[in-house]
Amino acid sequence: MAKKCPEINAGSMADISFLLLIFFLTATTMDVDTGIARRLPPPLDPTQEPPDIKKRNILDVFVNKNNRLMVGGRPCDISQLKEKTIEFIANPTNYEHYSEKREVEIPELGGTMQVSRGIISLKNDRGTAYDMYIQVQNELASAVDQLRDELCKEKFGVNFVDLKDEEKIKAIQKAVPVAISEAEPEEIK
Amino acid sequence: MSKFTGKKQKEVPAISTGSMPDIIFMLIFFFMVSTTMRQNTLLVKISAPEATQIAKLERKSLVSFIYMGQPTQKQLGTETRIQLNDQFATPQDIPEYIAMERESRDEADRKLLTTSLKVDKDVKMGIVTDVKQELRKVGAFKINYSTRKKVEKE
Repeated sequence: MAKKCPEINAGSMADISFLLLIFFLTATTMDVDTGIARRLPPPLDPTQEPPDIKKRNILDVFVNKNNRLMVGGRPCDISQLKEKTIEFIANPTNYEHYSEKREVEIPELGGTMQVSRGIISLKNDRGTAYDMYIQVQNELASAVDQLRDELCKEKFGVNFVDLKDEEKIKAIQKAVPVAISEAEPEEIK
Repeated sequence: MSKFTGKKQKEVPAISTGSMPDIIFMLIFFFMVSTTMRQNTLLVKISAPEATQIAKLERKSLVSFIYMGQPTQKQLGTETRIQLNDQFATPQDIPEYIAMERESRDEADRKLLTTSLKVDKDVKMGIVTDVKQELRKVGAFKINYSTRKKVEKE
C-alpha cells in the first residue's frame, strides 16, 4: 500500500490570498464613470446652404469668455435657463416669439402630437470655462428631460427613465426631440 | 466547592485561523467583481465638473479616453495639456489615436466606440472645441462629457 500522503500545510494560504487582495486593491479603481452623453454633428458640407429656419424657432444661447450667459438676446442667469428653455419649447400659449409647432402622427401616443420646431443654438467663446459649458449643457438637458417626463406621466403614468418599452421610448423621443445645435467655432466678441 | 477551586485554570484554546483564507478570498472576489482595472496613470490634474443629468458609461471596454487639464508636474507649467494613453499630445494626434483605438476593437464593435472627454473644470473651451473638431473630422461622433453627480444642496 502506498505511503500515506502527508497533509499539505495550508497555513500560508492566508498570506497568499492577502497578497492577491492587496494587488487588487492597488491595481483597480472603483469609480464609476458617469457623464453627459452627446452626439457630435458630422462635418459640414461647405457647398450646402444652411437650412432656412424662422427666427422665432431659434433660441440663442451665448456664453461669453467671462462665463456670462445671454439667452434669446437678453442677459440671463444660469438658474433661469431651464425655465426659459421649457417655456420656449413647450410654448403653451402659442406666444409669437417662442417656437412654432407642427403636427406629427405618433400612433403610440394616440394620434397627432404637437411637436415643437424649436432649436436651441448654443454658442460659446474659446475663453469660456468648461465648467460653465457643462452647466449650460446640463440645464438644457434637464429642460428636455422635464418635458419628456411630463409627457410620459400624462401618457403612460411613469417617468421617462422608468419607461422600458423600446417603442414607447422612441415615441416620446419623437414627440420631444433634443434639438441642440452647436455652432461652428468662431470668435465671439 | 473544592470541585472548582482545587484545579488549576484550564488554558484558553487557540483561535482557529483555518477559515482565514476563505474570508480573504471572499474579499478578493468582491473587489474583483466590483472594481475595474486602472487604465492609465494621469499626467494631468482633473477635477470633473458636476452635473445632474448624467448617465452611466456602459461597456468600459468600448470607451477611449481623452484627458485634458493642467499637468500634475509643476515644472511643466500651468497650461492645459491633452493626454492620450500615457503621454501628452496635441489635438493633431487625435485622429491617429482614434484610428488606433478603432483598430484594437472588434469589427462589429467599432461603431459603438465612445470617446469620453475627461476634462478639468477650469479648462477653457478653446482647446475642448479643437478636440471636438478633430473628433468630428474622423467620425467619432459619440462622446461623453465626464462629470460627477451633483450633490443637491438643501
